[in-house]
Amino acid sequence: MAFLFRIFRYQNLIIMINKKVANVSEALEGVKDNMTFMFGGFGLSGIPENAIAELVRKGVKGLKCISNNAGVDDFGLGLLLQGKQIDKMTSSYVGENDEFERQMLSGELDVELIPQGTLAERCRAAQAGFPAFYTPAGYGTEVAEGKETREFYGKMYVLEHAFNADFGFVKAWKGDAAGNLIFKGTARNFNPNMCGAANITVAEVEELVPVGELDPNQIHIPGIFVQRIFKGEVYEKRIEQRTVRQRE
Amino acid sequence: MLDKNGIAKRIAKEVQDGYYVNLGIGIPTLVANYVREDIEVEFQSENGVLGMGPFPFEGEEDADIINAGKQTITTMPGASFFDSALSFSMIRGKHVDLTILGAMEVSENGDIANWKIPGKMVKGMGGAMDLVASAENIIVAMMHTNRAGQSKLLSECSLPLTGVGCVKKVVTNLAVMEVTNQGFKLLERAPGVSVEDIKNATLGTLIIEGDIPEMQI
Repeated sequence: MAFLFRIFRYQNLIIMINKKVANVSEALEGVKDNMTFMFGGFGLSGIPENAIAELVRKGVKGLKCISNNAGVDDFGLGLLLQGKQIDKMTSSYVGENDEFERQMLSGELDVELIPQGTLAERCRAAQAGFPAFYTPAGYGTEVAEGKETREFYGKMYVLEHAFNADFGFVKAWKGDAAGNLIFKGTARNFNPNMCGAANITVAEVEELVPVGELDPNQIHIPGIFVQRIFKGEVYEKRIEQRTVRQRE
Repeated sequence: MLDKNGIAKRIAKEVQDGYYVNLGIGIPTLVANYVREDIEVEFQSENGVLGMGPFPFEGEEDADIINAGKQTITTMPGASFFDSALSFSMIRGKHVDLTILGAMEVSENGDIANWKIPGKMVKGMGGAMDLVASAENIIVAMMHTNRAGQSKLLSECSLPLTGVGCVKKVVTNLAVMEVTNQGFKLLERAPGVSVEDIKNATLGTLIIEGDIPEMQI
């Protein structure tokens, strides 16, 4: 340890494993038909806009997507739905999307609705190495049908399993080439929970800063959970429900 | 009879100093407007904010700061942001003191149905199942009857359940009721509403003991 410290100190090395890729196309290398993907975001807030746009360009099909919501008709995951690229959605809430509704009712799209906290925890479990966990959410409802239930201290719980995904696409505010991430506001949502929860985590950021510039105290997700990072070219950051109050 | 704001006003009286409160979409959202100003309360939104403030002034909306209804919001001094897993740790871990949410049906044993109508497009349960399965103190804010005039307070829910045996109190346009082992215990009447009116609008077991006072709002 002391030896390593001396080397780093005197040779002025940067201790970093480089995760930076040149662009979105490189970031999505290896993406294939019929894969399972995780997408961060709540509504349209904090969604990986650039990864979604690239998936549309690539035209991969038969996708199984894990995302709290399914976007709106012409933005977010709605863009993948329009191209009929998605076979299955696992979400907690899917309103505000006519094309989604059409595909769901016609049976083209398989939809699994699960409680929001369960969705978050199934991501976190995958990230943290837990195969499954017990939650009280959904006990006594159709969500618990066919699942193992168990009583702990007089209360009933449902066994839920960690997700298993090929790629996780997340969006952060700032990041560095080491893969360290900082999120902003409620755009954080599911993004940190999905980092390291899939085989490959692809992070896109608004600002890619030089290594050493982020304060280690302020990092939300350490780079160990991220395999590839790139700066998103454009962020539209569309607002779904613009609510304001009048100035007095 | 109360309107939606009236229901929100009455529920606001249940909010106590030092409470962390999660408000659902619809009537519950209105509760924030009527909480007493001399107490300290923090509103949690399950998408990842504690210390939610009012809507922003025009031109100050931020796509990165929204509530669980996807509406643009502001934050109060002392607010914090966090990820979804931590947000539901607050909820499942019983750190949130009071949960207020809407419902399509409530049964006399405290079951709640508020996410799915068979035959209609199902949008999903969002965080409702996590909230009702864990919260110690759940108040339902809803109209006493549906648009067809049928009671939403039943002996058993007919719609798919969101949670079982979890509702503690129901505040409607007609009454305040506590959910007990014996059924809905009538606590208060809305202004201008008689006990008879409430009886007629309630299909589940209604317990009426002594004089039922009119709500003070």
